[in-house]
Amino acid sequence: MNKEEILTHLPYSKPFLFVDELLSIDENGSVGTYTYDKDLDFYKGHFKDHPVTPGVILTETMAQIGLVCLGIYLTATAASGLPGHVMLTSTAIDFMKPVFPGEKVTVTTEKVYFRFKKLHCNVQMTNEAGEVVCKGTISGMVTNKMNG
Amino acid sequence: MIAIPFQNENMDRSLILSKLKVIVANYSHDKDALEYLTESTDFIKDLKINSANLVDVVLDVEEEFDIEIDNLSMERMLNVSAALEIITDKLKEK
Repeated sequence: MNKEEILTHLPYSKPFLFVDELLSIDENGSVGTYTYDKDLDFYKGHFKDHPVTPGVILTETMAQIGLVCLGIYLTATAASGLPGHVMLTSTAIDFMKPVFPGEKVTVTTEKVYFRFKKLHCNVQMTNEAGEVVCKGTISGMVTNKMNG
Repeated sequence: MIAIPFQNENMDRSLILSKLKVIVANYSHDKDALEYLTESTDFIKDLKINSANLVDVVLDVEEEFDIEIDNLSMERMLNVSAALEIITDKLKEK
């Protein structure tokens, strides 16, 4: 499965799709980018008159590019060949820098392990200056069903 | 002269149980069930461990006992007695 096919298998759409482009993906990890549209609805309230991308959205972006794209790739290339769904099960993220409306970020993921349907990854997000914005670990269960 | 396998096996089982208890304590969400852990304790129903952390239990078991758990064993490993049986069997295979 190539990068473009993986994107078509993502179960998200606007305003909750946080992947623009996959730069690379293989069995050990993925790299992808996303630019936060300045008109995204949550900027109106986070924070009042001072829009900053919420940490949960940064986490979601890392999960979509890292965990979900990689999970789809790994299941699609496995023996059964069916691209699975990924259910988020845990996150541990440290945040270093704010991400403002309009910024483009790059997410890099390294697979730590994928065993017994659990995918556990190290993830890191950098801004256009190459500074680390946030990093940590994310894991999820790769299933055949959307919600379980 | 035969050694005393019966006694050794018993000691092994209680040692395995105590090691297993340390592992599951990291993922358990029910203190009482953990404190009164018995062979019939169910990882999901009693200890409230979710499916993702159940995988962590199995990975920790592999590391602690230096054994490899296959997919079939993983699917059976839902309570303390099944875990003890699987660990004991895998240790014998070594």
